[in-house]
Amino acid sequence: MTTENSRTTENSRTTGNNQNTGNSGGGTPEIEVRGLHKSFGDNEVLRGIDLEIASGEVVCVIGPSGSGKSTLLRCVNLLEEPTRGQVFVGGTEVTDPDVDIDAVRRRIGMVFQQFNLFPHLTVTDNLVLPQRRVLGRDKEAAAEVAAENLRRVGLSEKAAAYPGSLSGGQQQRVAIARALAMGPEVMLFDEPTSALDPELVGDVLAVMRMLADEGMTMMVVTHEMSFAREVADRVVFMDGGVVVEEGAPERVIGNPAHDRTRHFLSRLLDPAMAQVQEGTPDGPDESP
Amino acid sequence: MSEAGTRVQPRRKGLSRRRKRAVSQGVQYAVFVAALVALGLTADWEQLRNQFAQVDLAERMFPDIITLALKNTVLYTLSGFVFGLVLGVVVALMRLSSVGPYRWLAGVYIEIFRGLPALLIFIFVGVAVPLAFPGTEIPGGTYGKVALALGLVAAAYMAETIRAGIQAVPKGQMEAARSLGFSHGRAMVSIIIPQAFRIVIPPLTNELVLLFKDSSLVLFLGVTLEERELSKFGRDLASETANSTPILVAGLCYLLVTIPLGFVVRRLETKAGKATK
Repeated sequence: MTTENSRTTENSRTTGNNQNTGNSGGGTPEIEVRGLHKSFGDNEVLRGIDLEIASGEVVCVIGPSGSGKSTLLRCVNLLEEPTRGQVFVGGTEVTDPDVDIDAVRRRIGMVFQQFNLFPHLTVTDNLVLPQRRVLGRDKEAAAEVAAENLRRVGLSEKAAAYPGSLSGGQQQRVAIARALAMGPEVMLFDEPTSALDPELVGDVLAVMRMLADEGMTMMVVTHEMSFAREVADRVVFMDGGVVVEEGAPERVIGNPAHDRTRHFLSRLLDPAMAQVQEGTPDGPDESP
Repeated sequence: MSEAGTRVQPRRKGLSRRRKRAVSQGVQYAVFVAALVALGLTADWEQLRNQFAQVDLAERMFPDIITLALKNTVLYTLSGFVFGLVLGVVVALMRLSSVGPYRWLAGVYIEIFRGLPALLIFIFVGVAVPLAFPGTEIPGGTYGKVALALGLVAAAYMAETIRAGIQAVPKGQMEAARSLGFSHGRAMVSIIIPQAFRIVIPPLTNELVLLFKDSSLVLFLGVTLEERELSKFGRDLASETANSTPILVAGLCYLLVTIPLGFVVRRLETKAGKATK
């Protein structure tokens, strides 16, 4: 269940990652969520979430739609204001009313389901403008960082193109490069491949895998079970606004301890089969 | 003679539907042509030509009608447009503000200035303000007054257009900007407003056409000879010569600008329509 286990047993990629002590170790976690509640009106979306993500750790958050996983992610950089509870990123309390939220967000990259590139700017300017306006970098330095990050995501040749002329997969890779150009310590991914045609998913996942291999701290809300299984250090399963279970991917996905997890996974892997199961009397446990 | 009936017994009597329509259209054309002919025969062409198309009188209007009158019309319009645009952006942002009193104030402003005739505002700026506050001088003389009067009206319309443009920018754009560390204000200026302007260029150009025409209200401000614009210039000459030709020429000068602008607006609208698809 601990992160050390998953790393040592499964991840040959994490070389020299000994500062990563996981959520049970002594170091300060990169992301820490304590007793997080979030309601939209009467609708309580998050009902007390506790979560820690260590530096360099890759955590995939899975769960049915409406389980609150995207809301949890958006609470980490305060795109959603939590109703109750605390969030810390890199030791800074994000939920502190006096915190300079813009300064905190500079350290947190975010990638959206709908890419959200700036359509009136070229690919390069999408990367350059935030560096100049937010970080105050000069033109040359910003352009250099932009070119370097476009190269990392394999889109150097699209530098002068407008986002509208790119495929969804290319747009999402530009969006990742834009976030990386700000030099973030943490990357948040909100269903980064859900809006893509199936044949374009692979390129985006490859870029994310590269980032994971480089030791980036990542929190990924996703439905890509193969990605979660192969790249994540830990998988968190959410349902009904709570964390139902978490642990190494081979355990949570391969051998889930809870009926709700099992039910969700069976639906995801084989929707037809799940419907048959639902009809049987000893079907999945629906109790909250 | 129901439809079913005619189908069962086709064209036994009367005309087919298609034939009926052709006859009806023919009659309408005939009436139209007859009216034209009647007008041509009864109109006093000599009188009309004398009143509206005296070539030598029209020639006398040049080049002043272009170098002075049209130039002033354009200047009045542009100064009003620029002032209105700046004020319109401010009012639009107030309207979208999270601060209640700003929203409320902007709403009141828009309701008042959209509800009043432009003429009344011109009179207010030109007559009421100087009367009420003797000694106050609106900077820029007549140009300042026109910019103020036209701008106050235009801002109310433009504010609503710009607000709609800002709201048409997808929410994700603001979220992406904020997640990169932009403050709300910076994101507005660098990311949202540039995109909103692309959306509102066609309606704003339309507003420019309206202002171009409304600039004729300068007539009621009392202007010097050098400050005359198209309408005043045409009217002065018309009363001076007791002839309507100057009015016609002035009208043609307006159309010279408004028709191409209208064409540009339609082009922009089709382009914008394509871009969003």
